[in-house]
Amino acid sequence: MAVKCGVFKTTYRDDEAIWQTKVSKFWLALLLIALLAFPFVFQGSRYLLYVVNSVFIAVIAAIGLNILTGFTGQISLGHGAFMGVGAYCSGYFMTTLGMPFLVCVVAAGCVTAIVGMIFGIPSLRLKGLYLAIATLAAQVILEFVFVRWRGVTGGSQGMLVPPASIGGLTFNSDFKFYFLALAFTILTVMIAKNIVRTKPGRAFMAIRDRYISAEIIGVPLFQYKLISFGISSFYAGVAGSLWGHYIGIITPEHFNVMISIQYLSMIIIGGLGSIHGTIMGAVFMTLLPEVLRVISGLFSGQYPVLVNIFGAIRESVFGLVIILFLIFEPDGLAARWKTIQNYWKLWPFSY
Amino acid sequence: MESILQSLISGIVVGSIYALIALGFVLIYKSTAVINFAQGELLMFGAYLCLTLVVVLQVPFWLAFLGTLIAAALLGFFLERLFLRPMIGEPAISIIMLTIGLASLMQGIIHMTWGSETRVYPAIFPVEPLRFGGMVVSQVYLYSVLFAVVCLILFNLFFRYSSSGIAMRAVANDQQAAQSMGISIKKIFAIAWAIAAVVAGVGGILIGNINGVNASLSSFGLKVFPAVILGGLDSIPGAILGGFIIGLLEALSGMYLDPLFEGGSKEVVPFVILVVVLMIKPYGLFGTEEIEKI
Repeated sequence: MAVKCGVFKTTYRDDEAIWQTKVSKFWLALLLIALLAFPFVFQGSRYLLYVVNSVFIAVIAAIGLNILTGFTGQISLGHGAFMGVGAYCSGYFMTTLGMPFLVCVVAAGCVTAIVGMIFGIPSLRLKGLYLAIATLAAQVILEFVFVRWRGVTGGSQGMLVPPASIGGLTFNSDFKFYFLALAFTILTVMIAKNIVRTKPGRAFMAIRDRYISAEIIGVPLFQYKLISFGISSFYAGVAGSLWGHYIGIITPEHFNVMISIQYLSMIIIGGLGSIHGTIMGAVFMTLLPEVLRVISGLFSGQYPVLVNIFGAIRESVFGLVIILFLIFEPDGLAARWKTIQNYWKLWPFSY
Repeated sequence: MESILQSLISGIVVGSIYALIALGFVLIYKSTAVINFAQGELLMFGAYLCLTLVVVLQVPFWLAFLGTLIAAALLGFFLERLFLRPMIGEPAISIIMLTIGLASLMQGIIHMTWGSETRVYPAIFPVEPLRFGGMVVSQVYLYSVLFAVVCLILFNLFFRYSSSGIAMRAVANDQQAAQSMGISIKKIFAIAWAIAAVVAGVGGILIGNINGVNASLSSFGLKVFPAVILGGLDSIPGAILGGFIIGLLEALSGMYLDPLFEGGSKEVVPFVILVVVLMIKPYGLFGTEEIEKI
C-alpha cells in the first residue's frame, strides 16, 4: 500500500491555501459540527454555555490584540479599555439612539478603532517599553472616563444594555447567544486570517521584524502602525460590544488593567503572530480560572479556607502560568501544536 | 493658603516615596534594561514583612526594619536568579510580561499569606504633631521625608564612591566594555535587583506607617511610571525629581481638579502628564536620547 509520508505541494495555489491539507479540512469540518452540536448537548447547563460564550468573546478580542502585538510588534496594555469603549458605545447607540444591533456593533467597532488610533499616534516616536507605558496611560485615562462621564456611561453604577437582536430574533439567553457569538467568532477569525495575508498584513510583519528595513523598502511606518492600531481596536470594540449585549450591564471594572494583562497573556501563551495560537491561548486562559474553581470546589470540603483565598490562588496561578510559558515555551501553544503536527505529517517515518 | 501648604507637604511626602520606588525602578532598567512591573509588589512585601515582625513577633522597630531590608535584598537576588536570568536576550515584550506575571504571582502569594484586610502599624513615630507657625505636620510625615532623603543620599554616595556602585554604572553604560574590564554582569544584575527590592521595601514601610497596609499598596508600582518617564527612564536624579514632581502634582490636582470631576483626578493626572511628556519629549527631562544608526 502506498502511504504518502509528508506534505508535498506542487502548485502555488496549494501553497497559498488557507487549509493546507485534506486532513486539516476534515478536522475543521468535524470541529465545526462539534461546535454546532455543543449547545444542543449541553442545553441544560447555563454555566457551561456561559463559559464557552466568554471564550468566544475572548477569542475575538485576543485576535485583535495579536494583530497589533504579535504581527506588528506594538505592545498594548490598553486592550481592556478599548473593549470598554466598544461596550459603552454599543450600549449608548442602542439605548439612546435606538440603532439596530448589527449597526451598533459595527459603529462601536469604528468608534473604538478611532480611539485606538488616537492613542496609537505616539507609536510613531515610541518603541517597545515606552509604547507599553503610553498604552498603560491610555488604559488609566479611559478607565477614568468610564467612571466619571456619568451622563453617557452611568458611572460606577453601570449601564444597562438590552440584549442583541437581529430582525425578530432576540439573543437573550446563553443558548441563543452562543450561535451569535460563534458566527461572529468564525467571521472575525476568517477576516484576521486573510488580513495577515494581504499587503497590510505583510507590511505589519515587516515592521515587526525590522522597522528600519521596512521603511527602506517603502512601507510607510506611521500609516501602517495606525492601521494596525485601528484594526486591533476594531476587534476589541466588537468583542466589547458583544460582551455588553450578552451580560446586560456594563461596569468599569470589566475593563480594568487586569483585563488588558489577561489578553496579553492569552496571546503570549497562545503564540505571538499566530491566529490559531491566539484561539488556543484564549481558550486556555478563559478555562484556567474555571478549572481552578472546579478543583478548589472539590477540595473545599476538607479545606474551607480555599473559598476565601480562591482569588489569591487564581492570581498566583495566573502569574505562574505566564512565567512558566515565557521561560519554557516562549513561542506558546502554537509552537507546541506545530511540533505535534509535524510529527504526524511524517508519520510513520518521523525521522 | 494653609490648606495649600498642607497639601503641598503631603505631596512632598508621597513624592519622596515615589522617588524611592522610582529609584529602584530606574536602577533595574539602567543596568539590566528590564522594565519592572513588580515594583509595587516588592513594596507591598516590605510593608507586610516589617508589620508582621513588629506586631506579631514583637521585634523592636529598628531591628524589624533592618530584618526587612535584608529579607528584601534576598528576595531581589532570588527573583533575579530564578526568573530574570533565563530571560536575558529575550524581546522586550516577553520581559515585560514576565515581570507582570511576577507581580501577579507575588500579589497572590502575599494575599494568601497576609489576607486582604487593611492592617495598621502601631505608633512607631511620636504621635504628637509638630507645629510650624500655624501649620500642623504629623511626625510620621517628617520621618518619611527624612528617611527617603537619607536613602537617596546614601545611594547617590554608593554609586559615586563604592566599587560595586561604580561597576554598576559601568554595566549600565556599556555591558561589553564592563565585562572586558572584569566586571561580572550576572553579579551586577543580582545586586541591582537586590537594591531595587531594598528601596521598595523602605518605601513600603514608610507608606505603611502613613496609610496602613493593604493590597492597594501595589498600585504604587503603576504610579512610578509617570515619575520615571518624566525624569527619563535611565536617569537616577531624574527619577528622584520626577517622583517629587508627580507627588506634588497629585496633591495639587487633588485640591483643584477634584471638585470639578467629583474626585479621582489624582489617579489620572499623572498619566495625562505622562502622555504629554511622551509626545513632546519622549526621553524625559534627563534621559539619554537613543539615536539609532543603521
